[in-house]
Amino acid sequence: MQQLESMYQEIILEHYRRPLHAGLREPFDAEVRHVNPTCGDEVTIRVALKDSSGQPVLADVSYEALGCSISQASVSVMADMIIGEPVTEAMAASEEFLRLMQSKGEAEPDESLLGDAVAFAGVSKYPARIKCALLGWMAWKDATARALNARDDGPHSDGDREQL
Amino acid sequence: MSLDVARIRKDFPILDRTVRGGRPLAYLDSANTSQKPRQVIEALTEFYERHNANIHRATHELGEEATAAYEGARIKIAQFIGTTDETEVVFTKNVTEAINLVAYSIGNATSGAGAGRLRLAEGDEIVITEMEHHSNIVPWQLLCARTGARLRWFNVNQGGLLDLARAGDLISDKTRLVALSHQSNVLGTINPVSQIAERAHAAGALVLVDAAQSVPHGLMDVGSLGADFVGFTGHKMCGPTGIGVLWARRELLEEMPPFLGGGEMIETVWMDRSTYAPPPHKFEAGTMPIAQAVGLGAAVDYLGEVGLEAVRAHEHDLVRHALAALAEIDGLRILGPPRAEGRGSAISFTLDGVHPHDVSQLLDDRGIAVRAGHHCAWPLHRALGVQASTRASLYLYNTHDEVDALAAGIQQAKQFFGGS
Ligand SMILES: Cc1ncc(COP(=O)(O)O)c(C=O)c1O
Repeated sequence: MQQLESMYQEIILEHYRRPLHAGLREPFDAEVRHVNPTCGDEVTIRVALKDSSGQPVLADVSYEALGCSISQASVSVMADMIIGEPVTEAMAASEEFLRLMQSKGEAEPDESLLGDAVAFAGVSKYPARIKCALLGWMAWKDATARALNARDDGPHSDGDREQL
Repeated sequence: MSLDVARIRKDFPILDRTVRGGRPLAYLDSANTSQKPRQVIEALTEFYERHNANIHRATHELGEEATAAYEGARIKIAQFIGTTDETEVVFTKNVTEAINLVAYSIGNATSGAGAGRLRLAEGDEIVITEMEHHSNIVPWQLLCARTGARLRWFNVNQGGLLDLARAGDLISDKTRLVALSHQSNVLGTINPVSQIAERAHAAGALVLVDAAQSVPHGLMDVGSLGADFVGFTGHKMCGPTGIGVLWARRELLEEMPPFLGGGEMIETVWMDRSTYAPPPHKFEAGTMPIAQAVGLGAAVDYLGEVGLEAVRAHEHDLVRHALAALAEIDGLRILGPPRAEGRGSAISFTLDGVHPHDVSQLLDDRGIAVRAGHHCAWPLHRALGVQASTRASLYLYNTHDEVDALAAGIQQAKQFFGGS
């Protein structure tokens, strides 16, 4: 049970039971849907950008997620962390989170970058669950890249949606 | 005739090990892959230590021994599935390859000058079912895309049975092939293959049966099943990975164009064309998984010695016990037939408020190995309105205690995730 509790930290269970920022909101610049093909977990993410002092900032990140506690909690923690943040900082956090997930439980996560997301350190010991924790982050990265592109090409259309 | 489970368990060395820091292993994932008895492991070792050589082409004593062992395995497997003609048994790497072999052979018959009953044209139809494993869906989607044939399917009702009311509409003179599973890897449902095959044959269609989940329980008599093709996979029946089987009626194998080309499948090769070996070798291109075929022969010997009737009676008893234990758990929904009668030993379920991944993680922490997800049957899960499920699957070496541990573990998962 001890190892298991190192994965299912109380903060993870909290986010799972009461997810933050859930639901898809308007307006948004890009929307993507990502699926974990091994278990069917799904997440749809919308990203809305704004400019602040000349750099893109995440005005909103909204989502709809179906899946296990790890994937649901991870997307909730992520949204809470990055909404209102500059894209560059959120990208740095996502790189650090990826590094943490690939660490097999060995990494000393940078809490200043990751905040509550350090709670997922225990997940990295379970190879089958790493994808669950990464699902939301990967979808967010994809949505943000599309949103940045869409800004260069004018307002969004439904064509931004990823077809699955 | 009853099974001495304690004795059986001694044959499976892996069942002795502990997992997750000292917990005894309760392996409830045999529908995924079964464990291997010592007899099979030893057959592999003995083959490599004493008889290893390539088959059919080595002109020395070892080559003779290896060939005899490989062809001997083919004979054992033929007997195991109820045929006396071992040339109807084609070795493949798994059931997925067996199904693809048929699909690609039909495709090759269509683009070449294949026999009429194997050729597909636009307007022709292939009928499958919603409860198929992806292995018995995707090859047909690909074949339809290549040939212009149309894919249709039987629906599954909420009880986990095929909706046969539409059979008359689905199977018509446009139908060229009906492909279905004998036993569902998710629901445990045993499909009325003979009844569907009769209808398909009356319409002039061929019938392929994915028997990956029925052959391991000794439920196969190709003579009475009524199918034209039967595929199964060695690793789910105490055999090694890397070996599977396609059985087909001899005259079909003769008509079918090859799937893979290469060494050993030919009769004569010129620079611009070739003629082919007679079946089964026409379909066994390249160096085959020789030791694995020998291992599969040892696996059917093993199952035969244990006694298939005893295996089935034991499994039936376990399934009844498991269904009763699971029915006690509030918020647990069994997918598929709720009673043990006429049902196989894969038991999938959902648990209100707890995702299957989390259920299986908690069980794993207690040493209980199950599978979580859609079990390669995504359309089936969609049809049942569930995103994923947890599956416990039982085999000859499982015990009542393991089933009780499963039920207790599920209760614990409910508490762990349900609290607030
Ligand atoms: C019904 C069914 N069909 C096909 C398969 C695929 O088996 P394999 O991966 O050995 O080809 C499986 C098992 O995974 C199965 O249960």
